[in-house]
Amino acid sequence: MTSDDRAVRATVPVAGGGTRAGAGGGTGAGGDGAGPVIEAAGLRRTYSGGFEAVSGIDLTVARGEIFALLGTNGAGKTSTVEVLEGLARPSGGRVRVLGHDPYRERVAVRPRVGVMLQEGGFPSELKVRETVRMWAGCTSGARPAGEALELVGLAARSEVRVKQLSGGERRRLDLALALLGRPEVLFLDEPSTGLDAEGRRDTWRLVRELRAAGTTVLLTTHYLEEAESLADRLAIMHRGRIVASGTPAEVTAARPARIRFALPDGVDAARLPLTLRAARADDTGRRIEVRTHRLQDDLAELLLWARRENVRLDGLDARSASLEEAFLDIARTTETAGV
Amino acid sequence: MATPMNRAAERKSRTARTTVTGRLGALGRAELTLLVRNRYALFTALLMPALMVAFMRTALDGVGLGGSGLSVLEATLTGGIGMVLLLVVHLNLVSAYVARREELVLKRLRTGEVTDPEILVGTALPAVVAALVQCVLLVVAGVGFLDVTAPRSPLLLLGGTLLGTVLMAALAGVTAIVTRTVESAQLTTLPMFMISAVGSGLFVPLDVFPGGLASVCELLPLSGVVTLVRAGWVGGPDGREVLTAALTAAVWTLLSVYVLRRWFRWEPRR
Repeated sequence: MTSDDRAVRATVPVAGGGTRAGAGGGTGAGGDGAGPVIEAAGLRRTYSGGFEAVSGIDLTVARGEIFALLGTNGAGKTSTVEVLEGLARPSGGRVRVLGHDPYRERVAVRPRVGVMLQEGGFPSELKVRETVRMWAGCTSGARPAGEALELVGLAARSEVRVKQLSGGERRRLDLALALLGRPEVLFLDEPSTGLDAEGRRDTWRLVRELRAAGTTVLLTTHYLEEAESLADRLAIMHRGRIVASGTPAEVTAARPARIRFALPDGVDAARLPLTLRAARADDTGRRIEVRTHRLQDDLAELLLWARRENVRLDGLDARSASLEEAFLDIARTTETAGV
Repeated sequence: MATPMNRAAERKSRTARTTVTGRLGALGRAELTLLVRNRYALFTALLMPALMVAFMRTALDGVGLGGSGLSVLEATLTGGIGMVLLLVVHLNLVSAYVARREELVLKRLRTGEVTDPEILVGTALPAVVAALVQCVLLVVAGVGFLDVTAPRSPLLLLGGTLLGTVLMAALAGVTAIVTRTVESAQLTTLPMFMISAVGSGLFVPLDVFPGGLASVCELLPLSGVVTLVRAGWVGGPDGREVLTAALTAAVWTLLSVYVLRRWFRWEPRR
């Protein structure tokens, strides 16, 4: 958590208290102020078998923000999102969505949020249009079915039975239903999994358009480029904890850049210039990886050395830290740090 | 792809909140479509009850009904109402609940505005309506064409039947808890079917049973309902018996609802 987050969170009791007091009236203006739209403090989730999937995480999402929850499979993303969606009660900690407890005050929260589960369920024998119509009947202020299907590019498939849809089409139907009530807050659990490249780009564009219209989006993904290009802020989860968070730039800024190359036979890694000695070689001693916070200087030094010594560097590859680098690095270091 | 609406328009359209009836209607309509598209379910809901009632009629011919004060037709038609409830509501709904749960429909629905009880009730609507229509048909057929007496106490008949549909729907939810797949529903619904058919007096009225056995059987889930239906249609049971029957059915219903609230599974086991 950055100090910025903490500053926002400090204002919450005031905003939350005020809105909850007025929530008895039914419609409730909860979360309409400047406070965060989604907030979790010390959120824990333990399953009946005793397995702790989420071990006390804090997060805040401001209005109109796209927030990505990243992590490997089993990191606790879905377990977290299910609590935020109000599907499950947290085992510990405090959760507020639009100023309300999403589990106990679902009547106040549900009409204002849209949810897309990691694996959506629709009766396979219903047609696409019938499915949307059923959802529309259960959704306040629902868009017309045609408009919702148009949004996700499924209009041409409205007379097709759900069982005949491809995996990607099913994801898009799921997204259409999540958008049906023009939600203020959108929870998307791996929205682009199973989509082809074009479908993924369409989904990204749609999510950006929604943000432009003021929608707050919390999404989970294990596609790092998705988080990098879409998210205003993100948090990386690992084994039930948030191990890094901030803007994509902040998360990557702290990470070292990387230079990779292979040395030809007969050139020992020990001959590399002194400053690059920290480089790591693989078992053969041929493939070298250098991690550095001074990419330009070290790369220049390496190339000058190679020219001077007349060494050919095979597969030379230098890149500044990407989210992927950061992610792998975090996963690796927390791995070795032990549990 | 079209552009999402602007926020001012969003706010405006938000004033229209969904209502309980609207939500139940939407769920029920979708469920009706599914029922019509599922041949096996349609068979259990429409054809099987008629076949069973015809079968009961023949079976009862060979039984001495002396102790019950019922004619063969009266026993068939009143038992037939119980059979309709059992097949159309219980048997059908176990499959429906399990199918929706395994397809993750229930879990998906729970992310929306519908409440948990509404999901179960909405899913049950077509089966309940189909059952009630068939009960009405039994009464119409009996009174209009088979010279059976008109219901002595229509209110009691109606109340017993309605209580029966609620009880059967709730018990279907309970049975769904222990049913993993739609296929295994054929097995898990069997005990309920057997004990009701035999023990709740669908085929042979309980009055014909030996005393001790009869008083145990009176406590079975569907027994109270069948007694209420018989009392409402052809009369016979006195006030105390009617009260006991109503109480039995009510207790089973409350118990089932409690079990549902506590243990109903909304998503597949993993």
